[in-house]
Amino acid sequence: MTDWVDLGVRLALVLAAFLVVPLLVGQVEHKAMAHMQGRVGPMYAGAFHGWAQLVADGVKFVQKEDVVPAAADRTVFKIAPAVALLPYLVALLVIPVGPGLVGQDLGVGLFFVLAVMGVGVIGSLMGGWSSANKFSLLGGIRVAAQLMAYELPFVLAAASVAMAAGTLSLTGIVQAWEPWWLLWQGIAAVVFFVAGLAEVQRPPFDMPVADAEIVFGPYTEYGGLRFALFILAEYAGIVVLSALTTVLFLGGWHGPWEDQLGWLWTLLKVLAVSFVVIWVRVAYPRLREDQLQRFAWQGLVPLALLQLAITAVGVVAW
Amino acid sequence: MVSVPGSGLLKGLAVTLRQMTRRSVTAHYPDALPELPPRSRGVIALIEENCTSCMLCARECPAWCIYIDSHKDVIPATTEGGKDKTRNVLDRFAIDFSICMYCSICVEACPFDALHWSPEFEYAELDIRELTHEKDRLREWMWTVPPPVALDPHAEPAKEIGVAEKAAVRRPTAPGDPS
Repeated sequence: MTDWVDLGVRLALVLAAFLVVPLLVGQVEHKAMAHMQGRVGPMYAGAFHGWAQLVADGVKFVQKEDVVPAAADRTVFKIAPAVALLPYLVALLVIPVGPGLVGQDLGVGLFFVLAVMGVGVIGSLMGGWSSANKFSLLGGIRVAAQLMAYELPFVLAAASVAMAAGTLSLTGIVQAWEPWWLLWQGIAAVVFFVAGLAEVQRPPFDMPVADAEIVFGPYTEYGGLRFALFILAEYAGIVVLSALTTVLFLGGWHGPWEDQLGWLWTLLKVLAVSFVVIWVRVAYPRLREDQLQRFAWQGLVPLALLQLAITAVGVVAW
Repeated sequence: MVSVPGSGLLKGLAVTLRQMTRRSVTAHYPDALPELPPRSRGVIALIEENCTSCMLCARECPAWCIYIDSHKDVIPATTEGGKDKTRNVLDRFAIDFSICMYCSICVEACPFDALHWSPEFEYAELDIRELTHEKDRLREWMWTVPPPVALDPHAEPAKEIGVAEKAAVRRPTAPGDPS
């Protein structure tokens, strides 16, 4: 009985984090991005500096008409946003926040997270294919090509840290983490973060949804709540990517008074990495399709392999 | 200068971060009104008394947005056997701001300074017909016209003043002058 209560509380907490933290990141994006561009950002929704802007956006999205194109594959079209969004919720379940504070500690946590995040691409592909629109299809295929290309360095970089820690459990990796890993696993951290940016299709890797060339890629035909779910998936993706980067490379809950304040350290690190995601979006222009692919295959993959070799030498030597 | 690979990327990040710490330049328009220069072209004002219904503005208007109706009043001769005079009376003067393109040609064409620019720009309407301002409304805009900009410190005096001064200098030597 207590097991069930415990599980229920954990699930509720993860769900709450899933609903709140992406909104927080979205609000930070509104404000930080605005100030980086010399604007003030949304100011009116809510009392203080437009804090309720995303809530207001949500209300607006809910009010909109639910449109499905006549020629669309209705079922696939309708469930695509859920397929894009849910993997991030599932991924959050196994990410540790503090010592013992985790939705569910899995022995193969890292493998599980990477596998689940790979499902997200199916959502975009489903959206692109079922829209019955050649531009959406083109966008969907671009998403697929990009996510395939960046999945490899993403997984290789994660494999490096798993090898260093000698475990696939996310909790185990955080426990094994030590500050000097920042140097030892530095290349992997950068590769992981950059490949992750491409995985969640954030600028400068937002080629599939490039608004000037193909209008929002596979999401052209989506409106209202379904579109909002795709957007939410992007923000949830940022949170999951930041959380994974924190857990794998930045030492998770490690910090002063980690037994009591571990969750706070994790949260702060996640928010800091999320801020970098936003920051990078403002600072850099979008990559071209061929540059994007070349960067993945000729830049990130060799780097990840190099890191893997360094890690192997390190593990064997010590 | 040796350039380190990736230094450009870091420089970009530094620029955006520095910008974030500065005050934003957004004009809070509906809350704070903009400070417009005195020559802003917001809306055209009319001094009806200066208008002689000469139609120059309406004829020069490229958009044909000025409507003028007038009739001639007869002023009877004051002396016996004299000739009656006529005078133009303005019946209607309207500007349709829905087709006006704010080119300022009418203001410059007017020989009697009857048209002026006012910087007021908040006169949006829900009905396009309301954008045709009749002469009483155009007169109302006149109260918002700012005083003319002062001349530059070393500029020639204004043309009217120059003419008047020259006339004043010439006057004593004019033939048949009693003084």
